[in-house]
Amino acid sequence: MNEPVLSVRDLTVEFVTRRGTLRAIDAISFDIAPGEVLGVVGESGAGKSLTGTAVIGLLEPPGRIAGGEIRLSGRRIDDLPPGEMRRLRGKRIGMVFQDPLTSLNPLFRVGDQLVETIMTHLPVTKEEARKRAIDLLAEVGIPAPERRIDGWPHEFSGGMRQRVVLALALCAEPDLVIADEPTTALDVSVQAQIIALLKRLCRERGTAVMLITHDMGVIAETADRVAVMYAGRIVEIGPVREVVKNPQHPYAKGLMGSIPSLEESRERLLQIEGSMPRLAAIPKGCAFHPRCPHAFARCHVEKPVLLESGAGRVACWLYDGDTVARAETAA
Amino acid sequence: MLAFILRRLMQSVLVLLSVALIAFAMFRFVGDPVNQLVSLDTPAEQVRQIRESLGLDDPVIVQFLRYVANAAQMEFGISYQFRQPVTTLLAERAPATLELAFVSALFSLLVGIPMGVYTALRRDGVLARVFQAVSLVGVSLPTFLIGILLIYLFAVTLGWLPSFGRGETVKISGSWSTGLLTWSGLKALVLPAVTLGLFQMTLIMRLVRAEMLEVLRTDYIKFARARGLSTRAVHFGHALKNTLVPVITIAGLQLGSIIAFAIITETVFQWPGMGVLFLKAVQNVDIPIMAAYLVMISALFVVINLAVDLLYAMVDPRLRATLKGA
Ligand SMILES: Nc1ncnc2c1ncn2[C@@H]1O[C@H](COP(=O)(O)OP(=O)(O)OP(=O)(O)O)[C@@H](O)[C@H]1O
Ligand code: SF4
Ligand SMILES: [Mg+2]
Repeated sequence: MNEPVLSVRDLTVEFVTRRGTLRAIDAISFDIAPGEVLGVVGESGAGKSLTGTAVIGLLEPPGRIAGGEIRLSGRRIDDLPPGEMRRLRGKRIGMVFQDPLTSLNPLFRVGDQLVETIMTHLPVTKEEARKRAIDLLAEVGIPAPERRIDGWPHEFSGGMRQRVVLALALCAEPDLVIADEPTTALDVSVQAQIIALLKRLCRERGTAVMLITHDMGVIAETADRVAVMYAGRIVEIGPVREVVKNPQHPYAKGLMGSIPSLEESRERLLQIEGSMPRLAAIPKGCAFHPRCPHAFARCHVEKPVLLESGAGRVACWLYDGDTVARAETAA
Repeated sequence: MLAFILRRLMQSVLVLLSVALIAFAMFRFVGDPVNQLVSLDTPAEQVRQIRESLGLDDPVIVQFLRYVANAAQMEFGISYQFRQPVTTLLAERAPATLELAFVSALFSLLVGIPMGVYTALRRDGVLARVFQAVSLVGVSLPTFLIGILLIYLFAVTLGWLPSFGRGETVKISGSWSTGLLTWSGLKALVLPAVTLGLFQMTLIMRLVRAEMLEVLRTDYIKFARARGLSTRAVHFGHALKNTLVPVITIAGLQLGSIIAFAIITETVFQWPGMGVLFLKAVQNVDIPIMAAYLVMISALFVVINLAVDLLYAMVDPRLRATLKGA
């Protein structure tokens, strides 16, 4: 049986503010299979990080999960008591943040942070944990790990620190790693190395990855499937080849239009005319309609749902059988 | 590291020299010191002799260097009022002030830090709000008023604690008489120490709260949570340590100002310390005491500053690294 590691259904995240409730994630659903890499792309503010934060249970008030469910290997985790959720973090779900320079506590030795994390999750003695930490550092490609383990974070370069962060995220062999723009803050020269490392480590362990990034090149090289987010919704999700080569949703088309080829594709996303709406002003119907070149009457009133289309699913009325039929009769 | 210490020492010496210059200038600007020592009918010849014996006819620069040399040997001249060496007068009263300041600082840290941490972690709790409100009172009420209120409540109304003096003291090692070893000495210390430390305590509480909230928002705390560390490890292992680094600096500097501000508290509680001596000196234009007090307090500030810098370097590995590199 191939039960998904992560299964998200109709996840809705809201911020309760003085001026009303803002819906930042609007009923999104997706699965990640064991060992699978799901890429998540979308403009800044689309809700990518928020999705990851909600999955690992680290939303901070006033943010809260307002609906839907999150299952880890079939077991529901969004309603777990805080203590139980904490035990899952780091053990079953690992997380890597964007900036390795600020992810490590500057006042603690690298080894102490590793040993502390290992001992939190595994029944080992301090010596065993230290040995494991050294092995991990070696595995993530830190030279002379038995010496470097006693170093301070500031003694490591950005790339090296992100390797340490990977070691920390993977030290208890989680089933799922959420990597939130793991290379954005790094030198271009080391970005590819870190992505390759992440890919190798996860493949070896069979760890599934939710890879959030702006870099379509990374997605094309690394991900098995990709989800495109816009204004808190998934507008298209499917196998990476399909979505990148032959996107269906008008927004995804605009995004992918920015990649000249799969090889030399380190650019930022092409700006589609206009910008994404603020949370307080998400338009009725399809959130993309003010910017969409194909928008028609139905888009202004009815919110599109994810519909099967080709190998993936698309949230656009253009692909609704009804619309197509109606459009044809009208013509 | 050594270069850093040497550089800071040099700076300290410069600061102290400038203070000594100000102290020295006080003697000249507040009139001819000889007039303080002689009466109107002293013969001119005797006045001249006194001038000469005091070296007042030497060039100013020589007089200044002499003052500095004497000060370096803790020699500050004779008090006009008491006709006694200033050093002896200060040494007699220093233990009272230093003990008061030390206990106040301890009180402000031991109460201020936990209160700050508590109010940061339970931001919306009722007790946290009460602490916040009380701390506002602490920073806005003047010290003497707090002292008088405390005296009214605990000394006059309840009669639990004495309202003035140091209680019984015990002599330890030569000139140091301590009030810390007798019951009445300890009781006498409570009200003045609380009065003097209250402002610092609220300051430290607010500082710790603000700093802790700041630290709790950082990426490394978020990452520590994402690694599944227990709430206790995140709050008291990681966040607290990072919070306390800047607190060290402020707390150290506060110790200096506690000693300086002791003047008011000592007056309210008739505490036999250096502050009261200084006030009396001001009233009677007793320049040697005023100058010596100024120099001593600055020296204290400088030493504390130096200690804080070193402590800071010990706690923060990043700073240690830049110092090594320098
Ligand atoms: N504390 C908060 N209060 C109100 N709105 C918030 C809060 N935190 C995030 N948001 C909103 O949630 C939305 C999604 O944010 P999120 O960080 O997930 O975006 P993102 O897709 O990760 O963007 P980026 O590419 O810039 O990282 C944004 O519109 C943001 O303004
Ligand atoms: S639903 Fe309508 S507005 Fe939205 S993307 Fe499709 S065509 Fe454009
Ligand atoms: Mg983000």
